[in-house]
Amino acid sequence: MVMVPADSGVGESPVAAARLDAESSEWLQALRCAGPARDAALGRLHELLVRIARGEVARRGPRLGITGPELEDVAYQAAADALLAITGKLGQFRGECRFTTWAYKFVILEVSAKIGRHFWRHPAVPWDAEDWDRLPARFGFDPAHQVEWRELLAALRRAVDEELTARQRQVFVAIVLNGVPLDALTVELASNRNAIYKTLFDARRKLRAALAANGYIGDDSSRGS
Amino acid sequence: MNGWSALDRFLQTDPRDVGCAEAMEMLHVYAELIAAGGPAEQQYPGIAAHLRACGPCGEDFDGLLAAIRGEQH
Repeated sequence: MVMVPADSGVGESPVAAARLDAESSEWLQALRCAGPARDAALGRLHELLVRIARGEVARRGPRLGITGPELEDVAYQAAADALLAITGKLGQFRGECRFTTWAYKFVILEVSAKIGRHFWRHPAVPWDAEDWDRLPARFGFDPAHQVEWRELLAALRRAVDEELTARQRQVFVAIVLNGVPLDALTVELASNRNAIYKTLFDARRKLRAALAANGYIGDDSSRGS
Repeated sequence: MNGWSALDRFLQTDPRDVGCAEAMEMLHVYAELIAAGGPAEQQYPGIAAHLRACGPCGEDFDGLLAAIRGEQH
């Protein structure tokens, strides 16, 4: 069982009680009281988080090559860390959804972060390697039809070199060329998902504009869907 | 999907895309609305655009939705 400080995160209380469903109210009440009732609620919540974490690692595991005890470790660590985060942030629960949905988000994000760190135990290639021959395969271009796409990819590479900032280029090389998962790259660059995504988003926009300006693709960079 | 369409798709950016931080901030609300069959995409177009484009956030959304739906059944 994870040790959780008593009364953590109880200070703020933005929840409008009238909006809460009965089950969420019960959770909040139990987690905010002291003594055996709180301990029992923490135990139930931990059990719930472990169940969700195990389901999530089982869902993601087959695609990641992680199995057995390693998956169990990720699930239990994610549940423990999520429990600490939840109890520390109880005051931030605004009652916009059921309490359990809010709690599940914490454990799903913990699983995500732990899997991102796990990537570096067995990286397939160095994150900053620059083997541009990998580019066609990364997008699934058929080598048999090289004559059709060679010029396009040469233009793409030129645009990467000429249009992107050093940071955008670094992120493009890691994620696109070397297939490093975005979450894993945040660990390597001591950054966060939002910053890396924004860097790649801006890079994608610039690359499309460059290719469109030279007639390689259509100019619909601001298309919504 | 062939190389051309994969590259085209990769280079598409949606100006409504709110980014990871804002999408994660509201993910629980969005996922619960989807699970309930509500008009989440209409209500939160920026989050919908982001989840379509961002692999990691889309994965987190799928996981949260699976957790909610697993609890419902």
